[in-house]
Amino acid sequence: MLSYVLRRVLYAVPIAMGVTLLVFALLHIAPGDPINAVAGPDAPAEAVEALRRAYGFDKPLPLQYLLYLGRIASGDLGVSVATGRPVVGELAAAFVNTFVLALAAAGIGFTAGAALGAVAGWRKGSVVDRFATFVSLIGVSVPHYWLGMVLVILMAVEAHWLPAMGMGTGLRELAAHAILPALTMAVIPTGIVARTVRAAVGETLEREFVQALRAKGLRRGAIMRHVARNVSPTIVAVLGLQFGYLLGGSILIETVFAWPGTGFLLNEAIFKRDLPVLQGILLMLAMFFVLLNLGVDVVQAWLDPRMRRA
Amino acid sequence: MKSGSWKSLVFTGALALATMSVQTICAHAEGVLRIGMTATDIPLTHGSPDNGFEGFRFTGFTLYDALVNWDLSSADKPSVIKPGLALSWTVDPADSTHWTFKLRPGVKFHDGSTFDAQAVVWNFDKLLKKEAPQFDARQASLVGFRIASVASYSVVDATTLDIKTKMPDSFLPFELSYILQASPAQFENVGHDWAKFAAEPSGTGPFRLEKLTPHERAVLIPFKDYWDETRRAKLDRLELIPMPEANTRTAALLSGEVDFVEAPPPDTIPRLKSAGMVITSNPYPHIWPYHLSRLRDSPWNDIRVRKAANLAIDREGVKELLGGYALPAKGHVLPDSPWFGKPSFEIKYDVEAARKLMTEAGYGPDKRLKAKILISASGSGQMLPLPMNEFIQENLKEIYIDIDFEVVDFTTLTNRWRAGAKADQNAGVSAINYSYAIVDPFNALVRFVRSDLHAPNGVNWGFYADPEVDALIAKAQNTFDAAAQNEILGQVHTKMVDEALFLWVVHDVAPRAMSPNVKGFVQPRNWFLDLTTVTVK
Repeated sequence: MLSYVLRRVLYAVPIAMGVTLLVFALLHIAPGDPINAVAGPDAPAEAVEALRRAYGFDKPLPLQYLLYLGRIASGDLGVSVATGRPVVGELAAAFVNTFVLALAAAGIGFTAGAALGAVAGWRKGSVVDRFATFVSLIGVSVPHYWLGMVLVILMAVEAHWLPAMGMGTGLRELAAHAILPALTMAVIPTGIVARTVRAAVGETLEREFVQALRAKGLRRGAIMRHVARNVSPTIVAVLGLQFGYLLGGSILIETVFAWPGTGFLLNEAIFKRDLPVLQGILLMLAMFFVLLNLGVDVVQAWLDPRMRRA
Repeated sequence: MKSGSWKSLVFTGALALATMSVQTICAHAEGVLRIGMTATDIPLTHGSPDNGFEGFRFTGFTLYDALVNWDLSSADKPSVIKPGLALSWTVDPADSTHWTFKLRPGVKFHDGSTFDAQAVVWNFDKLLKKEAPQFDARQASLVGFRIASVASYSVVDATTLDIKTKMPDSFLPFELSYILQASPAQFENVGHDWAKFAAEPSGTGPFRLEKLTPHERAVLIPFKDYWDETRRAKLDRLELIPMPEANTRTAALLSGEVDFVEAPPPDTIPRLKSAGMVITSNPYPHIWPYHLSRLRDSPWNDIRVRKAANLAIDREGVKELLGGYALPAKGHVLPDSPWFGKPSFEIKYDVEAARKLMTEAGYGPDKRLKAKILISASGSGQMLPLPMNEFIQENLKEIYIDIDFEVVDFTTLTNRWRAGAKADQNAGVSAINYSYAIVDPFNALVRFVRSDLHAPNGVNWGFYADPEVDALIAKAQNTFDAAAQNEILGQVHTKMVDEALFLWVVHDVAPRAMSPNVKGFVQPRNWFLDLTTVTVK
């Protein structure tokens, strides 16, 4: 098991290098000059050039990339062109905010999706199954942006039950402010998890070992435990992927709810052409997916020893 | 657990949640004004704000003063400049490049240090003197161009400052209103780091920063020792919250989470009014135009075409599209501006006259003029660019002009505006829809028409050049009597309108929505606001 984990960790190193190169290249190929974007609209050419030199954008691209790699190696992601603040601090604050939202959305989405999917798979063709299918379809089809706005209108503007935007201050306010964006964010994972669990449970129930268990006279609960153990590797993979998506933040949801997470920061960085922040966010998200996949693979291998031999 | 117990548990939980939420919403003391800004982040707080004039509005003139301030007390007449940290200023009659500023004594920065002539020199150095420890290339790029005419500056005594300009420049007091005075002592306290200074800024303004949470909120509280007793802030607290999404701002106001929002979308205004919100608006120095290329191959070089285009626009229709929140343009500046002049060409909606001009210019149903216009989908001051441009496209069709749009994001539009019509990236584009502030003589008129301000030196985008206009501007800069200077600038504007240099459409009227609890707010005819008069009951 240990060698398996080590091997997977080593795989992550070239992936990380590739990501830095890809992110750096893509952002410099994309139209838009970061310095022009942050200089005053009337700034004369010499002031713009002075600013370009101050941020090191006057150097050749390969040199900029090497310097960038050197900084990353020492844990420095540079300084935001727009605000002058260190990118690491900006990312850390935004990531914590998105993590809070992602955790809440995952809690709602994974629980609801797994429960609906399990019951639907167990009782295929029943009313519950049809309801679960309907919820899955809604979950993956409804535009986030629209749903967020509708929830805000109903729950904040009309009913005044929940806050419409922001994070508030203090834990109580945070909890209240997180409800609407978390519900909105949870819709897609609910649908996807429900669909995956339904299919996995349905398929497993038709396998021979379940018939054997039934023939042995095992009770429903005991059979369900066996089924759960068998479907768990598939479901863990889906949950991991969905949690990764949630942690990536949603530009639309975080913008609609003015939630200052990674999606909000990404949106701002795109519009301001804030290359250091953009590079930092993309690198962080990519590395997070790498780590998450690693974690999922390890858990899957732990749950299913056959995977360790693969 | 019995089902009845479950129900009561769920009900109690829901009730607790609702109570918690309502408490959250109502837990603000009186005297707290929460503003939903259009910015995506808190504008820079170190004294040279970004985010355009919204930055100056909320983290500029709240935290800082300039030597020259804006008088924002009137909603009825265009705002004028007035003494700020300078008590008075004079120009040497024998040498009109030599200015003497008498500074206000006894003014303190928020950190308790004293404002004096040395502090002004220090603030000039942060923008102009590259070897100074406080020089900041970013701040220099944001506001340094305002004092590009300054050749030297020196301390005479603690309350007297000398400034020499490279050439006579009577616009200098206007330009100094953007050079906000930050505390040198605080810069020392934070270890010569502007990012740290922005987190703990110190100016002389009527508010001081209590807490800054990037991307979330800036909390400002009154500066009790503010030098101008008539402008001491009445609020207990001012909170600035970035909300770039217009519908989010509207929802936040309707749900009671903010008290005041910038730029509510026109179609939400009836709903806001029905909820008892107060809508304020006032014409202010803003213009929504097309800048026309004057390069050799531009279709806009014929004055008959330019005039025809100006006569083809149904500006009342555009105003209706904007829910009534616009003022049809009669020129580049507002009709009651002291710089409007006396143009003979009247900008109005007259399709017949427009068609006649186009026919004279050789165009007709069988020979239509084609032009590509660079526009954005959104952006500061751009109002509702997509529907407005489509409206204009229909209007121009009526007079044999077919325009196509190249739609880009606002940052790209700004880059291409700065690049000028000659730039490769603007090949094939013959006009750009870029709107902006027209507050002072430089940013209202000079930067668009003076021939030395072609790209990359400035934003004379279309490469317009006329020695007569250059001479008029030079004369205005050398005229230190305000009335005489206005007269000359009026001549510049008259020429701009009579030559139909731009396609002018509307002026924004800056709609704002606020809770009825907000009292004492005056919406001046300016981009800037004085929030010291506001209370929240």
